[in-house]
Amino acid sequence: MSEHTQTVADERIKNEPFMTRMMKKPELGAIAGVILVTLFFLITADPVMFSLSGVMNFMTPAAQLGILAIGAAMLMIGGEFDLSIGSMVAFAGLFFGVCIVTWGLPLIFAIPLTFAFAAGVGATNGMIVIRSGLPSFIVTLAFLFILRGLSLVGLKAATGGSTQLRGVRDATENDFLAPFFAGDAFGGLFLWLAENGWVDTFKNGNPKVPGVPVEIIWFIVLALIATYILLRTPAGNWIFAAGGDTNAASNSGVPVNRVKITLFMVTACCAALVAIITVMDAGSTDSRRGFQKEFEAIIAAVIGGCLLTGGYGSAIGAFFGSIIFGMVVIGLTYTDFDQDWFQVFLGGMLLIAVLFNNAIRKRVTGER
Amino acid sequence: MLDATQNNAPIIQMNNIEKHFGNIIALAGVSFDVRPGECHCLLGDNGAGKSTFIKTMSGVHQPTKGEILFEGQPMNFATPRDAMEAGIATVFQDLAMIPLMSVTRNFFMGREPTKGSGLLKRFDVDHANQVTMEQMRQMGINLRGPDQAVGTLSGGERQTVAIARAVYFGAKVLILDEPTSALGVRQTSNVLATIDKVRAQGIGVVFISHNVRHALAVGDRFTVLNRGKTLGTAKRGEITPEQLQDLMAGGQEMAQLEGSLGGTV
Ligand SMILES: Nc1ncnc2c1ncn2[C@@H]1O[C@H](COP(=O)(O)OP(=O)(O)O)[C@@H](O)[C@H]1O
Ligand SMILES: [Mg+2]
Repeated sequence: MSEHTQTVADERIKNEPFMTRMMKKPELGAIAGVILVTLFFLITADPVMFSLSGVMNFMTPAAQLGILAIGAAMLMIGGEFDLSIGSMVAFAGLFFGVCIVTWGLPLIFAIPLTFAFAAGVGATNGMIVIRSGLPSFIVTLAFLFILRGLSLVGLKAATGGSTQLRGVRDATENDFLAPFFAGDAFGGLFLWLAENGWVDTFKNGNPKVPGVPVEIIWFIVLALIATYILLRTPAGNWIFAAGGDTNAASNSGVPVNRVKITLFMVTACCAALVAIITVMDAGSTDSRRGFQKEFEAIIAAVIGGCLLTGGYGSAIGAFFGSIIFGMVVIGLTYTDFDQDWFQVFLGGMLLIAVLFNNAIRKRVTGER
Repeated sequence: MLDATQNNAPIIQMNNIEKHFGNIIALAGVSFDVRPGECHCLLGDNGAGKSTFIKTMSGVHQPTKGEILFEGQPMNFATPRDAMEAGIATVFQDLAMIPLMSVTRNFFMGREPTKGSGLLKRFDVDHANQVTMEQMRQMGINLRGPDQAVGTLSGGERQTVAIARAVYFGAKVLILDEPTSALGVRQTSNVLATIDKVRAQGIGVVFISHNVRHALAVGDRFTVLNRGKTLGTAKRGEITPEQLQDLMAGGQEMAQLEGSLGGTV
């Protein structure tokens, strides 16, 4: 009987044309975008852009944004926004810097404390949104300013008047956890590749690209985990349901409030991860860290197929959306175009993505 | 069937339930019970408070006053999930379905089957797809595939998915809020047949309708709500369709109307 059910289902799925099936994938637009942008730069940019070092060059900012965008995408699918993630990067960066420099904590304490701190702020955001019933847009807009302001005030307090807290590098250099959050991964592999002449090397035989920047590894791992959670776990179903229709989800037994508050915490923790990575990379933290990243992350999520109304989207889409972002920001420096075209490009991409997503949504829901 | 309703203890018993929304009194003391293997119809005009009443039964609303006994024990459902876990399945009037999600994801929303354990505990998509296709076929609906979005289904088909879902999970009590009002003749008789089948399995059914004919077709007992109050409960055979119709409309007005329309209502 069950065999029969399966075959009936399969027959009918095959009747659906390949294109129609692909059109239903939220990440389709972002994948098409990556192809288009790649073609564009293949034609206009210096070929160095697509050498190994060029790829690492644009993947690094893509990854730093992408970690935020994956969190933002999950939250958007769950039906909420967080405009405070950019400020959260600065705030978590400050907290992390104080842990390391002022309190002299090793990473094994500083990192979990920073995540716990960020999760606490995220939960506060979520709790206010849930309790008040206000749109998360307005609540987190308030936190955009509150957290940015607190970062400034806190930095001055911690440094005695400066807006930059230095000394993170010296304090973490020899920490056994540092390689997971700073520098390059797979150094050995790249050395080995260089020895065999498979990658470009300097005159002394060292590879030109010493390894994969850790943020790229985090970015890929997080995209995979988020996709797995969304598509293959009950929690993923709850996220789609909570974003699709809060009432219907709640009446069907989905713990909507718990789902949403958890998502706010996850998003804040993504911001904390970016803070930890970038602060360790720079060796210091400052109050402008993460400036306007909330908008870029939301744009990457939307390019990745997330609907502003919630209930639809994908983490893989946000992954590709962020790569588009990195390619455009860095790619323009390899071309003869004025770099300030970046913003025009970005706005254009966003507009196209929104129009495209809207059309897709109508197709999926059969709305006309 | 009448014997069954007399001998069995109620699965759920609602005593003098009141529900206020601010200064609106939606329910002003309603008593109601459901026994195993019976279909208890809740009738009433629009705005009578039927939906509000069953929402207090399924954990969506908490009663302002009154007592709920579940299998004889005082019970307070804080969330719909609590009520579900106790064995109450509800088809809400708005269906509680999400158009952007697939039929399977809607079917198992909040009650996803899992396989594996620990970190690898995951949504068993294959099993869920299989059950959904199977259940939908039994209800006479052939889906294009289990991943078809609910938004692409017709109103009647959505209703059927919601009912199939509740029947599949409905352990002890099945509540249907106006399941037939959006349906055609054929689908209606399908739903009525489903109610009959479920009742035969010993499940208590609460069937809300404002259509007297639909109610009389399957009901064992009939309770009429009017402006947040019960006008009384009657057993099958104790009441005529005309009397029920009159009660629902609050008595006299209907009789007058009927006179002026020549008995066509
Ligand atoms: N959440 C609510 N807030 C305020 N009033 C409500 C709410 N839900 C229902 N009501 C009111 O309660 C009354 C009964 O509504 P309802 O139970 O939906 O009636 P029925 O299902 O019998 O048509 C209506 O007057 C309605 O306006
Ligand atoms: Mg109603």
